Amino acid sequence: MSTSTDHEVNDGVKEVIELEEATIRFAGDSGDGMQLAGTQFSNTSALAGNDVATFPDFPAEIRAPRGTLAGVSGFQIHFASTDIFTPGDSLDALVAMNPAALKTNLADLEPGGILIINTDAFNKKGLAQAGYEVSPVEDGSFSDFNVFEVPMTKLTRNAVEDLGLSQKVADRCRNFLAMGLVYWLYGRSLAPTLRYIEAKFGGRPEIVEANSRALKAGRNYGETTDAFVSSYHVDRAKLAPGEYRNITGNEALAWGLMAASKLSGKELFLGSYPITPASDILHELSKYKHFGIKTFQAEDEIAALTSAIGAAFGGSMAITASSGPGIALKGEALGLGMMLELPMLIINIQRGGPSTGLPTKTEQSDLFQAMYGRNGESPLPIIAARSPGDCFDVAQEAWRISTRFMVPVLLLSDGYIASGSEPWNIADFDTLAKIPIEHPAGRDNGEPFLPYERNRRLARPWALPGTPGLMHRVGGLEKEDGTGNVSYDPDNHAKMCAIRARKVELIADDVPPQEVMGEETGELLVLSWGGTYGACLSAVRAAQAEGFAVSHVHLRYLNPFPKNLGALLQNFKHVLVPELNLGQLDTMIRAKYLVDTLRLSKVQGKPFVIAEILHKIREILS
Amino acid sequence: MSTELPVLTPADFASDQDIRWCPGCGDYAILAQMKKIMPTLGIPREKVCFISGIGCSSRFPYYMNTYGIHSIHGRAPAIATGLKAARPDMTVFVITGDGDGLSIGGNHLMHAIRRNLDINIILFNNRIYGLTKGQYSPTSPLGKVTKSTPMGAIDNPLHPLSIAIGCEATFVARTIDVHIKHLGPVLKRAAEHRGTAFVEVYQNCNVFNDGAFSYATDRDTKADTLIELEHGKPLLFGKERNKGIRLNGLDPEVVEMGKGINEDDLLFHDEKANEPSLAYLLSRMRYPEFPEPIGVLRAVDRPKYDHELSRQIEIARQEKGEGDLNELFNSGETWTVQ
Repeated sequence: MSTSTDHEVNDGVKEVIELEEATIRFAGDSGDGMQLAGTQFSNTSALAGNDVATFPDFPAEIRAPRGTLAGVSGFQIHFASTDIFTPGDSLDALVAMNPAALKTNLADLEPGGILIINTDAFNKKGLAQAGYEVSPVEDGSFSDFNVFEVPMTKLTRNAVEDLGLSQKVADRCRNFLAMGLVYWLYGRSLAPTLRYIEAKFGGRPEIVEANSRALKAGRNYGETTDAFVSSYHVDRAKLAPGEYRNITGNEALAWGLMAASKLSGKELFLGSYPITPASDILHELSKYKHFGIKTFQAEDEIAALTSAIGAAFGGSMAITASSGPGIALKGEALGLGMMLELPMLIINIQRGGPSTGLPTKTEQSDLFQAMYGRNGESPLPIIAARSPGDCFDVAQEAWRISTRFMVPVLLLSDGYIASGSEPWNIADFDTLAKIPIEHPAGRDNGEPFLPYERNRRLARPWALPGTPGLMHRVGGLEKEDGTGNVSYDPDNHAKMCAIRARKVELIADDVPPQEVMGEETGELLVLSWGGTYGACLSAVRAAQAEGFAVSHVHLRYLNPFPKNLGALLQNFKHVLVPELNLGQLDTMIRAKYLVDTLRLSKVQGKPFVIAEILHKIREILS
Repeated sequence: MSTELPVLTPADFASDQDIRWCPGCGDYAILAQMKKIMPTLGIPREKVCFISGIGCSSRFPYYMNTYGIHSIHGRAPAIATGLKAARPDMTVFVITGDGDGLSIGGNHLMHAIRRNLDINIILFNNRIYGLTKGQYSPTSPLGKVTKSTPMGAIDNPLHPLSIAIGCEATFVARTIDVHIKHLGPVLKRAAEHRGTAFVEVYQNCNVFNDGAFSYATDRDTKADTLIELEHGKPLLFGKERNKGIRLNGLDPEVVEMGKGINEDDLLFHDEKANEPSLAYLLSRMRYPEFPEPIGVLRAVDRPKYDHELSRQIEIARQEKGEGDLNELFNSGETWTVQ
């Protein structure tokens, strides 16, 4: 563990310009180590006290042909001395490791922005692969930007020259050289990354040495070359006091699940089948066997959920985590889980759909699937995370609802939240709310046990196998009210459908009323859910600053909606629903509240930028 | 309080539900034998769970006074995996059929077997789809005429035991619904096996596929069409036990005893053979070319998934100590905001 003493300032020879915030992107071939560069820069910026939001963006192909447009991988970091909620609309600085990276990313760079290119990759072959006939370095197309041409390959090879590494291995250190240069540019300490290198490659001293040298060589290049006349400084953000760490959405979700398991005194069982972008939850939980966690890599998506159903019946905190295509396969088992009325969590880290869609890109187009994706009358509660850190809280809330109401809960996150990161005010486990669970006691008086007898929340008892006298059978066939025996009685079926629906509705009594950011009445309400939180909030704040009568409601509970939502919607002249789909929440809102909402849709596999929403707000209110 | 277990009878394992199989269905006999062996296992009712999928056989859990799940089509092995992984203390039975287990649920069956959880999978094979009223199943023979194959089935049937052996099964057995003196003991041995026990039960569907196994159940022919396996014993059959199975190269052949052939020339059954080759060879012996083996084809001891899963947790705890969440949250790079 280290703390914020890792602070390094530039030598004072060159000018240091103060910035409130900056957005940079590392872009290169998917084999260039850009995700690592981005992650390290994010963590270092967070350790330096900035607020940070990140956006890793990588192709679905593990290794697309080198140097091609399809193989470009990027990592965007927004860091600031104020609180920020998105990874930034456009770039202040772009590092392009090859022509393909330049071509696919240059459009996002602000005029006057910093462009650092690895000139060694701008050879005939590289240019041709990116479809450049003339090198953009030479044809004047960079006139809008502040360009730094850096022979990164050559500098890296020089730095590690006497270590006796093969050229291939030496060139692999190039990302550290690029990092070193950017670290200098923003006055970042090298120490955290040097520690990372030591921890990661500790067993191979020559690799530790080579990467460390490349990192330092990059920093030194910035410091000594005349090309760079000034560097930048982004001050510490005024975050709430406390202990912080950087955290990704999937990490926070896994840790939130672990916390919920301990808070409820339940053994955690995860049944999961690998799928992008949910697999990291399986990886993360698999590390913690010493917490008593059981993870099961199932043979398919169906077994992932049905094994969880078995574990739930057995009394575990049962979870499955997947993404849209996997959830589609789980549809029948979701219905069974709902019929059995057992607690379990079904996590959907949404990605671009339909079908295989855009596996590594983000979208929030599985809301309808969560809401309606089962046969029969089968409502299930839906809860959605809004940011990486929020996943920690949502995991616990989902489990609380699931056990209080004896119902499977669908938890929605998305690729943008899952692999993005932000500073997290580290939770103190000892202060988290307990999740009490009761199980009926055994009996030997011969009285029949009624597995579908209900409490005032309409929840049935969670009788654990192994308990004497409570032997009972559950199944997917319709059950008789109370006894749970198979029943084909028409009135009983109508009654049971109504009870199951009513039970989900009752959850609205058990969750906090919907909060509003801004005035509770006004001209326009921006209504959002899930990963668009940051962009919507930032846009509404900006519009408020411009004097518009606009407020923001961000939903965590999507089924049922909070009880006061309908009334809130009536307080505004217009309601705008921005979504990364073609209008799914919008349709649900219209159906339930008969409100003539306005829709802002985006399905490009990319998150909203603030400007898109702000522009729409201005358009509606001007 | 007495620590001794109460003495239970088969009736104690009967639930209060009316049984709704067709009169004359082979399932009744299997249910009766299951109830009969349960008290002999020494396991209290509350420690037993029956899990099924969809199909006639899958109604089974409703009729047992234990814990039970009547789940969805083909998924019982996966549900059983989750229950057994979470609750190694439970005795878990999977009740499935040829359609449920080998068609829609083939993938789950395969993986449950290879993991070798300590569960028992009883596959009722009637070579037909009964609940959906008479379509052919993955074990129906070639040429089988049914509602969905009016000109005869054109896909090759699966052999359940061969599949189980191919999936690294540690216990594989076959028995017959009406052969109750054989059925009960085989079920009991399956229950006592540590690891996944796979039992195929030839079960007559008297409505949609009556007589599918009459060759193996008719009093007059069964001595010649069945061969009862006994560990360490030569493969002898026939009313007079005058026929045997001999290996000719890699192939089995039927021989008549006497005429220079004695027991030492025959194939000896070894259910504990390290390699499953013998068990596989036996599983391929089909009527009418061969007598079909019943009894235990294979019973070996191998690591069990549920046991290994718990053991890894124990090892991790020994090495790292019981996990502490605050320690985890504060691990790695952190910083303080004043």
